[in-house]
Amino acid sequence: MATMRGSLRQRLVGLASVRAVSTSSVSTFPKRVKIVEVGPRDGLQNEKNIVPTPVKIRMIDMLSEAGLPVIEATSFVSPKWVPQMADHIEVLKGIQKFPGINYPVLTPNFKGYQAAVAAGAKEVSIFGAASELFTRKNINCSIDESLQRFDQVLKAAQAAGIPVRGYVSCVLGCPYEGKISPAKVAEVSKKMYSMGCYEISLGDTIGVGTPGIMKDMLSAVMHEVPVSALAVHCHDTYGQALANTLMALQMGVSVVDSSVAGLGGCPYAQGASGNLATEDLVYMLEGLGIHTGSVRVSKKLLEAGAFICQALNRKTSSKVAQATCKL
Amino acid sequence: MGNVPSAVKHCLSYQQLLREHLWIADSVPGALDPAQEASPLSGLPEYVKIVEVGPRDGLQNEKVIVPTDIKIEFINQLSQTGLSVIEVTSFVSSKWVPQVAAGATEISVFGAASESFSKKNINCSIEESMEKFEEVVKSARHLNIPARGYVSCALGCPYEGSITPQKVTEVSKRLYGMGCYEISLGDTIGVGTPGSMRRMLESVIKEIPPTALAVHCHDTYGQALANILTALQMGINVVDSAVSGLGGCPYAKGASGNVATEDLIYMLNGLGLNTDVNLHKVMEAGDFICKAVNKTTNSKVAQASYNA
Repeated sequence: MATMRGSLRQRLVGLASVRAVSTSSVSTFPKRVKIVEVGPRDGLQNEKNIVPTPVKIRMIDMLSEAGLPVIEATSFVSPKWVPQMADHIEVLKGIQKFPGINYPVLTPNFKGYQAAVAAGAKEVSIFGAASELFTRKNINCSIDESLQRFDQVLKAAQAAGIPVRGYVSCVLGCPYEGKISPAKVAEVSKKMYSMGCYEISLGDTIGVGTPGIMKDMLSAVMHEVPVSALAVHCHDTYGQALANTLMALQMGVSVVDSSVAGLGGCPYAQGASGNLATEDLVYMLEGLGIHTGSVRVSKKLLEAGAFICQALNRKTSSKVAQATCKL
Repeated sequence: MGNVPSAVKHCLSYQQLLREHLWIADSVPGALDPAQEASPLSGLPEYVKIVEVGPRDGLQNEKVIVPTDIKIEFINQLSQTGLSVIEVTSFVSSKWVPQVAAGATEISVFGAASESFSKKNINCSIEESMEKFEEVVKSARHLNIPARGYVSCALGCPYEGSITPQKVTEVSKRLYGMGCYEISLGDTIGVGTPGSMRRMLESVIKEIPPTALAVHCHDTYGQALANILTALQMGINVVDSAVSGLGGCPYAKGASGNVATEDLIYMLNGLGLNTDVNLHKVMEAGDFICKAVNKTTNSKVAQASYNA
């Protein structure tokens, strides 16, 4: 049975790669795109000012009201490492769980996973990196060792029927190694997918990527993982995020991570900007006629961004939010 | 991305990253180690001409009084970057003769794809403006002075809303027909997205060769680079931009304006396209003008580099 499933998956992967080669037309886009809102986690964890728990909860509730289908709520990481996420239990327990909306949480290890499930998590995320040096500097082990550590999480999650999303960092460049080979990204993605992650989010962690590099990386990954299981997570450090995301859409990717107000700086470039702004992404998708579920560039979405920026005492990084022109 | 503790101190410094990594390297053929050179994304033009509009479009829309010596120094610095076209001309009306007498080597005429915009901006209909431009362009050509045509509101109008590709084509064709060597299609209020860019260009390219077209994208809604990428994919190889992304939007208070030249070059370099422009020098010019007019840069590349 396992062999049959494996060969079926291989056939699907083969089909996916053929589609990748022929989907190079300017005008071919997925009909629907799922937006994964990472502001409350990736966004906030890279913001210097600590946000009080009730503010985080309100932010997430406002994002739910704005219709975002997936909102990454928090990270079950030790407060020693990420003080911003110290209130993870209170946040997950305190937010309103809207029907039809998923609230995954990051779990850096098995202990975090257990705590997350105890606090009511129905979906978790784990992370790897396409760079050995980045992994070594970050969590003091090799890529393979880091994935082995997650094996326990994946087995437990599978037994409990909890979906696991995998993140791969540094897919378009690394602050330590510089250039990253697409083959390495494909290798790590394949491993995480075969370990049981239902979706692999490919992260341009330091925002150095440009559309050609995005295309090369995705071409390699799509030989190993079906495009329907891929997401892109672009940082806007060099202003390339939306163009890179556009390229990914042209390649058939239909899941995009973003953060309301483009929150999150870059720990590797003081003063640089962070995540792709959800408002700007939705603006583009709406303009392309791509279905995004209930999300629109709506008053509610803009209010959620304004709310958290006020709480953080910072200006929004979303251009759409900055423009007051009513068109 | 995962949790990042204090290891950041040991990473490559940003200056090092800028110098050593191919996606930010100078766009000079042969300057890079061939093994590292990015192979151009297939289907894109090999060379892209950047038309720098900072000294004109940028500074005018910043509504700051720039002392002449600062402006001259800014333009001088830009002249050292490899940029082949730096727009310093201001709006040309029928009183273009003084500009020519002052040594202008090229003139620009500004049409619009929207009647309302044309009336509000230059107080005449599109047809009337075309008649005026016809005279100007004819006389300029007589003196061997090339004329560039601009079409505003190519992807949307602050008064009329959406603009049909057919109207843009009609106006562009008129300007091209009267002798403009290049037509710059402007998303004046930055409302365009890759879909509307594609539809507009598909229509215009039926009448005008892509080699005679340029795109002039405003970044009001953060769509500029995505729109430019679409234009490149359709064979356009002339792009207008402004150093530091200067120039707000007169129709959207607080909004951003032109796409930043630095961010554009970053993308073109990464795509392996040749521009002959030195990104570092452009960044220096951007830093200079921002300090001089006391403005924060709108370039993400500059923000990431100068604060490191």
